[in-house]
Amino acid sequence: MFKKILIANRGEIACRVIKTAKKMGIKTVAIYSDADRNALHVRMADEAVHIGPSPANQSYIVIDKVMAAIKGSGAEAVHPGYGFLSENPKFAQALEAAGVAFVGPPVGAIEAMGDKITSKKLAQEAGVSTVPGYMGLIEDADEAVRIAGEVGYPVMIKASAGGGGKGMRIAWNDDECREGFQSSKNEAASSFGDDRIFIEKFVTQPRHIEIQVLSDSHGNGIYLGERECSIQRRNQKVIEEAPSPFLDEKTRRAMGEQAVALAQAVDYTSAGTVEFIVDGDKNFYFLEMNTRLQVEHPVTELITGVDLVEQMIRVANGEKLSIKQSDVKLNGWAIESRLYAEDPYRNFLPSIGRLTRYRPPEEIALADHVVRNDTGVFEGGEISMYYDPMIAKLCTWGPDRGTALEHMRNALDSFELEGIGHNLPFLSAVMDHPRFVSGDITTAFIAEEYPDGFEGVTLDQGNQQRVAAAVAAMFRVAEIRRSRVSGRMDNHERVVGSDWVVTLQGESFEVRIAADPKGSTVHFIDGTEMRVTSDWTPGDPLAVLDVAGEPLVLKVGKIAAGYRIRTRGADLKAYVRTPRQAELATLMLEKTPPDTSKMLLCPMPGLVVKIDVEEGDEVQEGQALCTIEAMKMENILRAERKGVVARITCEPGDSLAVDEVIMEFD
Amino acid sequence: MKDILQKLEQRRDVARLGGGEKRIASQHAKGKLTARERIELLLDEGSFEEFDMFKAHRCTDFGMEKQQIAGDGVVTGWGTINGRMVYVFSQDFTVFGGSLSETHAEKICKIMDMAVQNGAPVIGLNDSGGARIQEGVASLAGYADVFQRNIMASGVVPQISVIMGPCAGGAVYSPAMTDFIFMVRDSSYMFVTGPDVVKTVTNEVVTAEELGGASTHTRKSSVADGAFDNDVEAMVEVRRLVDMLPLNNRAKSPVRPFFDDPGRPDHSLDTLIPDNPNTPYDMKELILKVADEADFYEIQADFAKNIITGFIRLEGRTIGVVANQPMVLAGCLDIDSSRKAARFVRFCDAFEIPILTFVDVPGFLPGTGQEHGGVIKHGAKLLFAYGEATVPKVTVITRKAYGGAYDVMASKHLRGDFNYAWPTAEIAVMGAKGAVEILYRSELNDPDKIAKRTQDYEDRFANPFVAAEKGFIDDVIMPHSTRKRVCRSFASLRNKKLENPWKKHDNIPL
Repeated sequence: MFKKILIANRGEIACRVIKTAKKMGIKTVAIYSDADRNALHVRMADEAVHIGPSPANQSYIVIDKVMAAIKGSGAEAVHPGYGFLSENPKFAQALEAAGVAFVGPPVGAIEAMGDKITSKKLAQEAGVSTVPGYMGLIEDADEAVRIAGEVGYPVMIKASAGGGGKGMRIAWNDDECREGFQSSKNEAASSFGDDRIFIEKFVTQPRHIEIQVLSDSHGNGIYLGERECSIQRRNQKVIEEAPSPFLDEKTRRAMGEQAVALAQAVDYTSAGTVEFIVDGDKNFYFLEMNTRLQVEHPVTELITGVDLVEQMIRVANGEKLSIKQSDVKLNGWAIESRLYAEDPYRNFLPSIGRLTRYRPPEEIALADHVVRNDTGVFEGGEISMYYDPMIAKLCTWGPDRGTALEHMRNALDSFELEGIGHNLPFLSAVMDHPRFVSGDITTAFIAEEYPDGFEGVTLDQGNQQRVAAAVAAMFRVAEIRRSRVSGRMDNHERVVGSDWVVTLQGESFEVRIAADPKGSTVHFIDGTEMRVTSDWTPGDPLAVLDVAGEPLVLKVGKIAAGYRIRTRGADLKAYVRTPRQAELATLMLEKTPPDTSKMLLCPMPGLVVKIDVEEGDEVQEGQALCTIEAMKMENILRAERKGVVARITCEPGDSLAVDEVIMEFD
Repeated sequence: MKDILQKLEQRRDVARLGGGEKRIASQHAKGKLTARERIELLLDEGSFEEFDMFKAHRCTDFGMEKQQIAGDGVVTGWGTINGRMVYVFSQDFTVFGGSLSETHAEKICKIMDMAVQNGAPVIGLNDSGGARIQEGVASLAGYADVFQRNIMASGVVPQISVIMGPCAGGAVYSPAMTDFIFMVRDSSYMFVTGPDVVKTVTNEVVTAEELGGASTHTRKSSVADGAFDNDVEAMVEVRRLVDMLPLNNRAKSPVRPFFDDPGRPDHSLDTLIPDNPNTPYDMKELILKVADEADFYEIQADFAKNIITGFIRLEGRTIGVVANQPMVLAGCLDIDSSRKAARFVRFCDAFEIPILTFVDVPGFLPGTGQEHGGVIKHGAKLLFAYGEATVPKVTVITRKAYGGAYDVMASKHLRGDFNYAWPTAEIAVMGAKGAVEILYRSELNDPDKIAKRTQDYEDRFANPFVAAEKGFIDDVIMPHSTRKRVCRSFASLRNKKLENPWKKHDNIPL
């Protein structure tokens, strides 16, 4: 076995690989850029080598620099993680030339599958069904429009070297096609250094289901079931699960066998993923093959018990697979939620900054309950603008889908994350969404269910009452503590009452609390009674409670005269008042927030790339106003309604902060 | 007998109705509560003991003898907030517009005298149209009587004013002399002369809100220490403040049961200071992470944001915090921040509240605006306040402590009890670049030499150890152990006794 392995990556995946390498007794070498000087993967590795400035194209994807680090550290093998150099044949070649093992497939397989156009041709030759589309490269926007017309809208415009949603656009008409072609091309150039673009038909009502394959260099290949990755936003996966709630055994086997056949056709070794689009009739079409470890590999590990990173390292070491196809049993259900530094209330725009609080839920490994959190950050660490905005991958496992979901809901509620905008509330919302719970999903789920973006969650009546009971009981405990301050008048102390009115989401609940040393019983005026028990003490930002026999986890913050409560994706203001206070509170006037509707505010910190309008222009609803680049994504800001541009307050090249005014309208 | 008892109840009912149903309804329509409703919210349920409920005015001019309303426009008395005694007066806008008469003033004076005698805070809820014009100079005399008591009570018992309606003309000077002023947004305003007079005299057209609303006084004038969205919120939050204040200048600050380990380490603080010395960071994060339960009651949050002032608890005990805020103007000291912090330090010292100072200060703000505005005298206020303070003083330098501003910010030289520095601290006369430009003026045209000189200066002075070698820094501490070290320091100072020489009073550069 190798004595030392270098991980040519950063963030959670570098940490993930280091964990397995440590388990196998292999020394680890991390590489890091300026921005990652204090990163978790650097702290975890046995050695770390600095490889340059923060932008990835000056550090992590510069082959010479990585090769120098390998040479200097004496690593015998390199795990590339995902992204960066993981699917770069030149890197694999350089390693081969240097006599260093690449923990991945051979160069030929990377080349064959790495290019989307070639891979599609190969798949067709191997008899795998593929999506109709134009296989050639497209020169300019006019040609793109012409081809899109031939294939028929809607079409998908894709960067040949793309992945992870970057350089990918869907167009429903000529205008969108023209615009999408240009922004795909720009994004592809800046992200991959390869601006080749192709177009294919966009399959409607599709599910994204992928097969995990694993092959050794002795001609053995198996598949480890599928992953359902249909919950995507702008082609970026958000929630994955294994198995898929949609596949039957027959389809699973057919897809698995085709995937293995394709892998063998290109002499594949190591772990790889064959992605399919599956339509409502369970027809599946080959999409692409990822010749690397996938982000979402943990769900496969959780249901198969196979450590994919370990298998990859063993295969790279020339070992034979110890698992046969007949050994692969899918056990239980696993779900993965990707935590992104993206603000769901601001249309998921990237957020950067310091993680002032980062407390993931405790990892659990029980017979019927697993919680796993793959992360590359820590409290006090920085989410920088240079890399992918993923913070962590939170996975739960249970014997069945319902249990896995319930574990996920509680794990998300327990995840403390402050300092930056993040998508936790959105993930919670999806976990409670009836359509997701039923398993009736497509890749359009988010676009269809959240057409106007995410505006937060309103708790249903049952949960609202449970939260009310919890908050009432907690508030009473806090008030009793307040009444025990020193300097009181003896014998004339404040007696904390038992009748309270809880107001949340505009709804008021009159309650009477009967407390005993073990907890509180909250009686509602409608006759409902709820028992609340908890170890919570005043000031604790996380309250883990048992309300009416069910667990409830609340994030508790202070606001003027009340609490901010976050749970199940809802972000509420909660007030607990005496009946008299509540009566007087009804006399207070509603305050209206200031009007910013006539301004275009910068929704994220970023760079102005382009301004599409001039002062005095009349703009239509949906018209592009300007382009802001943040996190290497080009974000087009559009007019929310018809209007006339009165003033433009910035120009291309300016860096803007959140909420800085870009332009004003009449 | 029963009739007599009933009569009392009847008279009480009439008094409680103040200016009558119609005026109460009009007060409510504005989103404002009545004087009594506010007291109900401010005090523990059922704890209010009223004085002078039946007191009436003595005016006989302008037909006033025919208009008698029991209580004369102000409700006064005492009660408890979480079992601790406070005195309260609450002006009743439904009675003669809350206007101040001779007798109205007498009621206020009575409870203020008792508050000083019995050692309990005074909370004034202001909602008054001003002087009772019908009474003429008698009303003005009433104001002055209240002013004199504000002055005598200052530094003896905490005085809190909440402006919950109009407060204009001479009336503003009573709140002005109290320790804290809070306002209610959109329903309160304070000014010496109103919009009409302003227009007549200066031709300026301005609304009451712009001239003296909560936004103006919390952001621009710094007259107010905070603002709340409505009456209910204001009363709840004033209770929260009172929970943190001692009852008088002879009492210790209150202690409350707490659920936060004094030794709790916070490793995220080890990365609070950015690698680049010119990158700002949020000092509030440090305050919240050091405080018990991340509970911080900020004073003047919206004014002179380059310095942060407010109260936290450590081990359940109130501590005043002063901290430079690198996020605003790099955390420098200027006229506004010096005045803001100086007043806060003096309040803490007057009421035996220990002071914790977090320092990241690049110096005083340069410029004609500052110099012509008198930054010398204003900056001296903070220096003076820290130097005269005899309460326990613990200081932590997180990053920059440059020049005179280093001296000012509760340094060892101003009788700091514990002066700590993080390893990231740079305690020096000035930043390396500035120092080299002065020391090596002749080499300025040689960038290589200057770069070398700058590096040498940084290596020698951009650290806490030069100061530590001289004993100006008691210890260099790990950021993650700040809470533990600060808690232990204050614990060791609980019996601190330090007295300044006898004087009639000092002569702080006002």
